[in-house]
Amino acid sequence: MSTTTARSIVKDIQVSGLRGRWWVTALFGVLLLVAVWMLLNLVIGGKCGADCVQGTLAQTLRVATPIAFAAFCGVLCERAGVVNIGIEGQMLMAAMAGYAVNLFAFQALKDSIGIEAAGNLSRWLAVLAGILSALILAALHAVVSIEFKTNQIISGTVINILSVGITGFLYRQFLAENLPPGPGTFPIAPIPVLSQIPVIGPILFQQKPLTYLMLILAFAIHYVLYYTPWGLRTRAVGEHPRAADTLGINVYRIRYINVLVGGLVAGLGGAWFTLEAVDVFNPLMTNGLGFIGLAAMIFGKWNPFGALLGALIFGLGNSITSTVSIFRPDIPSQLPQMLPYLLTIIVLTGVVGRATPPAADGEPYEK
Amino acid sequence: MTLALQASGITKRFPGVLANDQVDFDLAKGEIHALLGENGAGKSTLVNILYGLYQPDEGQVAINGQPTRVASPHDAIAQGIGMVHQHFMLVPPLTVVENIILGYESVTRGTKMFGQMSVLDRRTAAQHIRALSQQYGLEIDPDAYVRDLPVGAQQRVEIVKALYRQADILILDEPTAVLTPQEADDLFVIMRGLAQQGKSIIFITHKLREVFAVADRISVMRAGRMVGSAKPADATSESLAAMMVGRDVILQIDKAEAHPGQPVLRVENLSVMDDRHHVMVNGVSFEVCAGEILGVAGVQGNGQTELAEALTGLRRVADGKISILDHDVTHATPRQITEASVAHVPEDRQKHGLVLTFPVRDNLVLCSYYRTPYAHGVEIDYSRIEQTAADLIHTFDVRTPGMATAVGSLSGGNQQKVIVARELARPVKLVIASQPTRGLDVGSIEFIHQRIVQARDRGAAVLLISAELDEILSLSDRIAVMYKGRILDTLDAKSATRQICGMLMAGVVQY
Repeated sequence: MSTTTARSIVKDIQVSGLRGRWWVTALFGVLLLVAVWMLLNLVIGGKCGADCVQGTLAQTLRVATPIAFAAFCGVLCERAGVVNIGIEGQMLMAAMAGYAVNLFAFQALKDSIGIEAAGNLSRWLAVLAGILSALILAALHAVVSIEFKTNQIISGTVINILSVGITGFLYRQFLAENLPPGPGTFPIAPIPVLSQIPVIGPILFQQKPLTYLMLILAFAIHYVLYYTPWGLRTRAVGEHPRAADTLGINVYRIRYINVLVGGLVAGLGGAWFTLEAVDVFNPLMTNGLGFIGLAAMIFGKWNPFGALLGALIFGLGNSITSTVSIFRPDIPSQLPQMLPYLLTIIVLTGVVGRATPPAADGEPYEK
Repeated sequence: MTLALQASGITKRFPGVLANDQVDFDLAKGEIHALLGENGAGKSTLVNILYGLYQPDEGQVAINGQPTRVASPHDAIAQGIGMVHQHFMLVPPLTVVENIILGYESVTRGTKMFGQMSVLDRRTAAQHIRALSQQYGLEIDPDAYVRDLPVGAQQRVEIVKALYRQADILILDEPTAVLTPQEADDLFVIMRGLAQQGKSIIFITHKLREVFAVADRISVMRAGRMVGSAKPADATSESLAAMMVGRDVILQIDKAEAHPGQPVLRVENLSVMDDRHHVMVNGVSFEVCAGEILGVAGVQGNGQTELAEALTGLRRVADGKISILDHDVTHATPRQITEASVAHVPEDRQKHGLVLTFPVRDNLVLCSYYRTPYAHGVEIDYSRIEQTAADLIHTFDVRTPGMATAVGSLSGGNQQKVIVARELARPVKLVIASQPTRGLDVGSIEFIHQRIVQARDRGAAVLLISAELDEILSLSDRIAVMYKGRILDTLDAKSATRQICGMLMAGVVQY
C-alpha cells in the first residue's frame, strides 16, 4: 500500500511539472537561501540577524503577491492557449479602480454606518471594483483574440497602452489633488493560533488578506488544472485544440472562461497595489510587475506552484533590495533595485532549462 | 441484415467544389466496409458528414434504421459513432487515460454535482480502459504519456478512445498510412476482432492490397461520386484501380533492366544527429551508381529524414564522409550541392520544397534564378523565367490556372509536379527523392514514377527514400532497409519480397 501511495505522490509531482528528485531541489533551495543571507550580511556588515531575516522573508511574500497573481493569470490564459501580455494593463486599471472606489465608497458610507464598518466595507468593495475593471479588459482581450482571431501580442499591447492612457487621464482629473481622507489599506490580519508559530508564523500568517488569497489560489488552480474535468479540458485545448474539438469540447468557451477568470485574478493583483501596499495611486505604479509575473510563469513552466516559486524569487530580490537600502544608504538605491529585473533576464535566458509552452499557445483556433 | 448506418443522397458543396454528389453509402452490423478512392475523391467529406464535422446540403442519414441528424462530433459520439482521424487527435503531453477520458470524464462519486469542477477518477477510468483493451486485444498502458508512445500504440489509444465512448460504428480514416506492413497486419487482426464482437467499421484507404486483406465489402469513390461497390472476391486490383481513376492504370511500372555505371554518391560511416542531439543516422555506408535506383525503405522516423537532410547539406554531419563524383561534399552548403548536379525532392513539399505564397513561375527557378540566363548582375530577367516556366508547365503537365498563380493554391499532385519539374529538368547526375508521392493521387503517382525511372535511364543515380514499401519495391534496383539509424541489409530488388522487407523494417534480421 505504501509503495502505491508513494508512487502516486511522485506521479502528482511529475504531473505538476517538478520532475525528478524534488528533495534535491528543496535542499538546494535552502542552501541557496543561506548563501544569499551570508552574501547580504557581507554587504551590510553582518547586521542581518534573526529579526532582519524574518522581516525580509515576510516582505518577500508581500512583494511576491502581485507577481504571483499576474503569473496565475498567465497560467490560466496560456494553459488554454491564449497569450496574455495585457496583464500589466489589467493590474494597473484594477489598482486605480480599487483606489478610487475605496476612497469614494468610504466617503459615502462613513456617516451612515460608522468609520470602522465603512472602512471594512469599502475596502472589499474596492477589491470587487478592481476585479471588475480588470475583467472588462480581459473580456476585450478575449473577444479580440478568440472571436476575431487577432494577433494576441498586439491585443495585449493595446490593452497595456489603453490602460496607461485611461488611468493617467482619470488620475489627473480626479485623483491627483484635494482628496478627502480615505480608509487606507487593509490592516494586517494575523491568523489565530497559526500566527503564533515561531519563525513561520510571522512570515506566513501575519499578512494581509490578498496575500492569503494568493496562497489559497495556488492550491486552487493546481487542483482545478490537474484534478478536474475542466482542468483536463483546459490543458487539452492549450495543447491541441482540434483534438479537443473532435471530442465535442467547445474550444472557444474554454478559452473565454479561462481568460475571464484570468482577468479576475489579475484584478486581485492590481488591487494589491492600492489596497495592501500603499494608500496612494500613481500613474504607472504597477512598474512592470505584470511582465515579471509572466517571467515567473515561464520559470514555473506554466504550473501554479512553479509560478509561485518564481514570484517568491523575484519577491526575495525585491525585499533584499529594501533591506540593503536600509542598512547601507550610501549604496545608490538604483543598483540594488536592478536586482529583480536582472533576475528576470537570467531566469528567461534558460537557468530553468528549456521551458516548453503549451503547443497551441498564442494561436487562434480556426474551426 | 440490419444496417448499422445508412446514408442516402448525400450532397455537399464547398465554394467552387462539389465534394459529395448524391452519395449513397451503407454499413451492415459487424461489417468492415472499405471506402476506396484517391485524394480529393470525397471520402473524407463523407465521413466528416457522418461524424458531424460537416452538415450535408442534401441527403439523409439513418442509424440502426432510425433517421437522424448528426449535428456535431459530440452528437456523433452520443449516437455511437467513433472516428480515428488520419492525423491522430491525441494530446502528446497528457497520459493515455487523460486522452481517453477527455470530454467524457469519469468523476469520483459524490462530487458529480460540481460538474466540471468535480474530481477526476483516473483509477476507475484506467480499470475500464484495461478491460476494454483486453476484450478487444488492444494492448495499451493507461499510465503512459502519449508523447512517449510509438505510432502503432497511439493508434490503439485512438481506437480505445472511441470504444470508451461506447462507439458501435468506427470510422478509421487512412489508419495504415503511418504503420509498417506488420503493424498494419496487426491492425487488421484487431479490426476483425472488433467486427466479430459486433462493431461495424468504415475503413478508408487508397491502398488496394489492404482492402483485399480485411474488407467485407468495398465501395469506390471518384470525384465526389460513389462509382461502384464490390465484394473482394469479385474484384481485382486492376478493376478497383480503374474505378478509382476512371481509366486503366498501369500499376506495375514498366522499366528496363538497369545498367549501373560508376558510383555517383558514396557515403562512408555517416552519422547524423537530430535537433535534440539524438543519433538518428548511425554509421551508415552505401553507394549509388549512375543509372540505378537505390530505394531506402523503412518506417518513418528511423533516420531517413536526417539522412536526406545530411546528403543535401541541410543538416550538419556529425561523423563520416559524403562524396559526389569523388568530390568531398560532407560539409558543403545546399547551394554547392545543388550546383554539383544534385536534384532534391524534399520530404515535406510545402515546407521545404516550395515557397507557397510565390507564383508557380518563381518556384520553378528556385535553384537557378541567380545565374544566367535568369539573372544579369543584380537584375532578374523575368521574360526568360517566364519562357522556362511555360516550357516546364507544359512538359510536366502542371495543371495551374497560370504561371502567376501562387503555388500554394495548387493541389498536392500539381505542387509536387512543380518540384519535380524544377529538379529533374536540369541535367542532374544524382536525384535524392524523399517520399516523392506521399499523399498524391494515383495519376500523379504514376507520372512521378515515370519521371524518376526516366532520370535513371538518362544515367542519373537515384536515391529514393520512401515509407511506402510498394513504391520501393516497384521502382528500386537495389533496396536498403533502414532501422533505428542503421542500414540493416541491402537487397537486390529481384530477390526482395514484401515479407523480407517488412521483417527488416521491423528490425528483424533473421528471416
